[in-house]
Amino acid sequence: MNAIDSKLLEEIADLHEIPQGAYNIRKNGEKAGRRSTDNIEIKTKSDRPGIDIIVKPGTKGESVHIPVIITDTGLNDLVYNTFDIGEGSDVLVVAGCGIHNPGKDKARHDGVHNFVIRKGARMRYVEKHYGEGEGTGERILNPKTIVEIEEGGYAELELVQIGGVDSTKRSTEATVHKNGHLIITERMMTAGKQFAESEMIVELVGENAATQIVSRSVAKERSQQMFYPRVAGREKCRGHVQCDAIIMDQAQVRAIPEIAAYHEDAQLIHEAAIGKIAGEQIIKLMTMGLSEQEAEDTILQGFLK
Amino acid sequence: MLEIRDVSFELEGDTGPVRILQDINLTLQDHRFYVITGPNGGGKSSLAKIIMGIYQPTSGKILMDGLDITALSITERARLGIGYAFQQPPRFKGITVGGLLRLVNDKNGCGYNFLYDVGLCPKDYVEREVNASLSGGELKRIEIASLLNRKLKIALFDEPEAGIDLWSFSRLTETFRKIHNQYNNTTVIISHQERILELADEIILIAEGKIEQQGDKQKVLPGILKGCDCSKDCLERGEMTDECNR
Repeated sequence: MNAIDSKLLEEIADLHEIPQGAYNIRKNGEKAGRRSTDNIEIKTKSDRPGIDIIVKPGTKGESVHIPVIITDTGLNDLVYNTFDIGEGSDVLVVAGCGIHNPGKDKARHDGVHNFVIRKGARMRYVEKHYGEGEGTGERILNPKTIVEIEEGGYAELELVQIGGVDSTKRSTEATVHKNGHLIITERMMTAGKQFAESEMIVELVGENAATQIVSRSVAKERSQQMFYPRVAGREKCRGHVQCDAIIMDQAQVRAIPEIAAYHEDAQLIHEAAIGKIAGEQIIKLMTMGLSEQEAEDTILQGFLK
Repeated sequence: MLEIRDVSFELEGDTGPVRILQDINLTLQDHRFYVITGPNGGGKSSLAKIIMGIYQPTSGKILMDGLDITALSITERARLGIGYAFQQPPRFKGITVGGLLRLVNDKNGCGYNFLYDVGLCPKDYVEREVNASLSGGELKRIEIASLLNRKLKIALFDEPEAGIDLWSFSRLTETFRKIHNQYNNTTVIISHQERILELADEIILIAEGKIEQQGDKQKVLPGILKGCDCSKDCLERGEMTDECNR
């Protein structure tokens, strides 16, 4: 592994060395390392590019890291990964994609992640996207995440894109069954001429299913963002959607949350706010000795934490 | 020592410029405890904001230990040791109480112990976000702690008592006294409260943009308590009437 690979892995997965537990590292469209454990099996799909990750029922406290790194220009990578999180298990999945594009051609990774959270299982999923590189070629990431939460299951998705991705179209679809719970937190920052779009639909189909979607974003310079989070309640259920954006410079942000109830006992709430940093906040931090730039950075860092 | 020389301040109003402060001359000596009082809208907060650099005076000068700081930014003045606790502090999504207190470089030491002095248990608050989940009173106390936390030459508090309950209030007056004695800085508190006025070495009464009266507490306080505008002011604040001992 070279210095660029290490840097990318650190950015997207906080990895400084080969991770503990199960892992699969994909580099420039090919397998660069893999380990299965007694409880977590990773195998290559036979019908299309991608892997199956099978977590045995009852597996507790284990993790799977599946980072993807791209360091070639002109690469168009598409993978399908399927996760079967076994009944009663409790695991951490760390995914993410880092692109270092050294050339003038596009580098693109489209990952389709399909999760089944079995009865009573819990999963925390962290996905970070990051781009860099001295080339002029665009860095494009279009992730698609499909989640099915069975009875009493719980999933927490943390989706982060903090910098360097020129174009992203993110799609998240989830179905939550009886007593299931899904939390999605999204953090996004765009700058330059970057474009980011995030579309989500969460279907609450079982009794007492619940979801919280929290999206926080910062749009700088001439970048554009679009959020389209939707929750549909088809049973007695609870859903909360919150979109919060800080807009700066000549950026544009559109937030279109939607809640739809198809049952009398569906309790759904949405909140959306877009605004610039309050002048009072900057002044307060300056009275503590920070420069205007440091104050702004501190506010944004906190907001996106 | 802070000297305010011939400071006037105007703001643009709907019908032209509005005079907020007029020809203010004031010297704040080192290690003294000042309380600025007077009716609402009299210019007290504007004066504090001019000292901090949040407002630029229309004319006049401000000198700190002989150095002309009139043109210095808020940041530069903060680094010279001026601090200002807001009357209505802003909230910060995602920034914790601990994170906010850690931002200052000129630490007084003692970590988060200053939270005790404002009646908050650090254990309960350090990890909490400075967001809408905090009540107005909690926010206000954290604001005060953010000044106690620092080694300041001049500490300005803008109506620190507003929104703080009775129990914490008596503790707070103790804290102001203790901190002032311990760190030997110049303390300036804008207040309408008799118990805070009692802390002062010197009282400055500002009304209609001018210093109406200034002098030792013994001289000025009896006159104020007899019936200046600030007693009316005190009664007007419904939530604080318990605090008003008259």
